[in-house]
Amino acid sequence: MKRIFTVFALLTGLLLSYALYQALIVAPTEKTMGDVQRIFYYHVPSAWTAFLLFTINFVASVVYLIRRSSAADALAVVSAEVGVVFCTVVLVTGPLWARPVWGIWWTWDVRLTSTLVLWLIYVSYLMLRRFSASGETPVLAAALAIFGALDVPLVYFSIWIFRTQHPQPVIGGGGSIDPRMWHVLLINWAAFLCFALLICWSRYRLEVLKREVEEMQALEALLQPRGSR
Amino acid sequence: MTLSTITRATLMKDLRLEWRSKDAINAMLFFALLVVVVFSFSFDPNAEESRQIAGGLVWVAFLFAAVVALNQTWARELRNQVLDAYRVSPAPANSLFLAKAIGNFVFVGVLEALMTPLFIVFYQLRAVGPVWQLVPVAVLGTWALVVNGTFFAAVSIRTRSREIMLPLLLFPISIPAIIAMVNATTAILTGELSIRVWIVLLATYDVVFTIACLLFFEMVLHAE
Amino acid sequence: MNFLYAAYAATWIIHISYLATLLLRYRRLRKQIEELRRSQ
Repeated sequence: MKRIFTVFALLTGLLLSYALYQALIVAPTEKTMGDVQRIFYYHVPSAWTAFLLFTINFVASVVYLIRRSSAADALAVVSAEVGVVFCTVVLVTGPLWARPVWGIWWTWDVRLTSTLVLWLIYVSYLMLRRFSASGETPVLAAALAIFGALDVPLVYFSIWIFRTQHPQPVIGGGGSIDPRMWHVLLINWAAFLCFALLICWSRYRLEVLKREVEEMQALEALLQPRGSR
Repeated sequence: MTLSTITRATLMKDLRLEWRSKDAINAMLFFALLVVVVFSFSFDPNAEESRQIAGGLVWVAFLFAAVVALNQTWARELRNQVLDAYRVSPAPANSLFLAKAIGNFVFVGVLEALMTPLFIVFYQLRAVGPVWQLVPVAVLGTWALVVNGTFFAAVSIRTRSREIMLPLLLFPISIPAIIAMVNATTAILTGELSIRVWIVLLATYDVVFTIACLLFFEMVLHAE
Repeated sequence: MNFLYAAYAATWIIHISYLATLLLRYRRLRKQIEELRRSQ
């Protein structure tokens, strides 16, 4: 298992460097935005990966509530945590792209605002996991994950109405993307997916180890007479 | 032992408790009053501006004040292990949840009724749109806050830092409801836009989360 | 152009700092395991 992990890590590293080379050098320069547009190759794959991880979190939470399996709960923690990391990348690279292109760091546009709210929901999920007693954490967290997932369409819809009623800066949407750009984008997405899988893998092993240690500690506390430690 | 008798009994117990002590309502009222005063110092608006921002101010004040009552919901039952007694009793968990949610709805409703005149006086509010429409907005909006608030208060009571946890869980989930309430209120005050879409959104939010709360509350109550 | 480098750098700073926290947590666990072994 350790061998596979190492090989996979090496492959991911190679793929990431290749994707970086593609994004910086091979991909054609966009006409109006210039080189700044290359942020796209990091921004968009991170966003897709984050949304995928949040979906996995939802599915794992539902599975946990049905089967009560500890593995599903571990998967839920892992996907939420790594998802928040990728979502943070999206929220940081977004303004860095917006500033030179639109002249503003942030606009309360549908996609930006929904992503921010999603980030908030999952941060609150992680905080709940951190602050609740270990025995009841999985159930409470799974309930919050499902509430969060129910909230997503409402968030998107409410911000969409909110924004269409107010004036906003025009965002360069629409128009078709150069097929070469698509190619680079997909390579970058593949690379980041592998990277996400790699992190999730190590985080999952960490979670399993942590649970074993907690169990051992609980056993220890039971076996040892009170006061002597 | 039907759903409605237990709900009624618990609700009456909570209302009577509150009527005798008036702890929650006093704390909420004073808190909302402070918010009103502090906001008026930080904005100092004229009549036209206050019409634009009042929707946001009112709901932010109510939201923060509601957290005070919501935190009390289950904390009150921790004394003498009442909550544990609920857990082992054969009474359906949902009847308890409904009683608590309705109780909170009454508390926050009373708060809103008492605070609204104050807002009108302090901010020289005069609605341009149809004022009666504020009633459905307030009813749906309050229920949206209270139903999830009661649920997440039951979640946060199980965590280490109880009082802090509730707003951290409740506010992100409530964002669509807050957007709808604030915009509907502003639309009525300025009389510029229709509020129908916001009412639909609030009603959807209420239905979705009421069902979700009723489905999951028993699980959360018995989580260990 | 600077914004491009800033964005790429920020991405990797975020990922690497997350990996660093993972490593830290892993080390702490190792230490706890050692302690458990010794106490047995």
